[in-house]
Amino acid sequence: MVEWSEQERTIITSIFASLDYEDIGPKALSRCLIVYPWTQRYFGAFGNLYNAEAIKTNPNIAAHGIKVLHGLDRAVKNMDNIKATYAELSVLHSEKLHVDPDNFKLLSDCLTIVIAAKMGSSFTPEIQATWQKFLAVVVSALGRQYH
Amino acid sequence: MTTLTAKDKDTVKAFWAKVSGKAEDIGKQSLARMLVVYPQTKTYFAHWKDQSPDGAPARKHGITVMTGVANAVSKIDNLRAGLLELSELHAFTLRVDPANFKILAHNMLVVIAIMFPEEFTPEVHVAMDKFLASLALALAEKYR
Repeated sequence: MVEWSEQERTIITSIFASLDYEDIGPKALSRCLIVYPWTQRYFGAFGNLYNAEAIKTNPNIAAHGIKVLHGLDRAVKNMDNIKATYAELSVLHSEKLHVDPDNFKLLSDCLTIVIAAKMGSSFTPEIQATWQKFLAVVVSALGRQYH
Repeated sequence: MTTLTAKDKDTVKAFWAKVSGKAEDIGKQSLARMLVVYPQTKTYFAHWKDQSPDGAPARKHGITVMTGVANAVSKIDNLRAGLLELSELHAFTLRVDPANFKILAHNMLVVIAIMFPEEFTPEVHVAMDKFLASLALALAEKYR
């Protein structure tokens, strides 16, 4: 089981408490599709993804970015059992969505960059360490049910 | 994955011109973050008297590394040839596991995002990511 210090819990809950989902979600997902274009393979039905501008202004991508970001809420609420919390979502991503789990890390790196840009220098090395630890646990849980 | 297009190179050079004034800060902060967020990287610096991420040896080293990156920008048309000596240094003397190049690159991009949130657009991000990956590959060229 993953151990969280009081400080780590506070860091994570406070980042999410002030998170602008409508801003960060679309930015993180569209950045992922632009920086790692092969991730576009999962979004064939989302409309125009022909170039960076199209991706950044695509409303389906924006809506999906917000949805994915809210998906992290359950990890925040269940930090002591993220693995079990995401079991169903892991099966979904494997069996229905067929997402290569390597992609979770790519999206999480883009999310980190977007959060860093938003928070500026208050995204200290210590906060970055906690944030990345949190995302690593989520990524691991999402890949857990693949077989 | 390693061929930089003309557009990539132009984007990197233009962006570097904007941020090079802060190169030392970027170097110091990237290295400090790497040591804090990826503690396993500290193993390469056991010989430092002062191990702290914001200590003098770490800051000096961050600058050294970033000077290398600046040099690589100037050699962007042929990284393999341009970084030959540095590759030999990393291969035979330093023997840094190349996985760490990716880790440091990630931290450089985080620092750049913090310092230049408006300019570090997704388009710039992809060009810089490709450039740092090519740099890493050129650096690992002589390993085996």
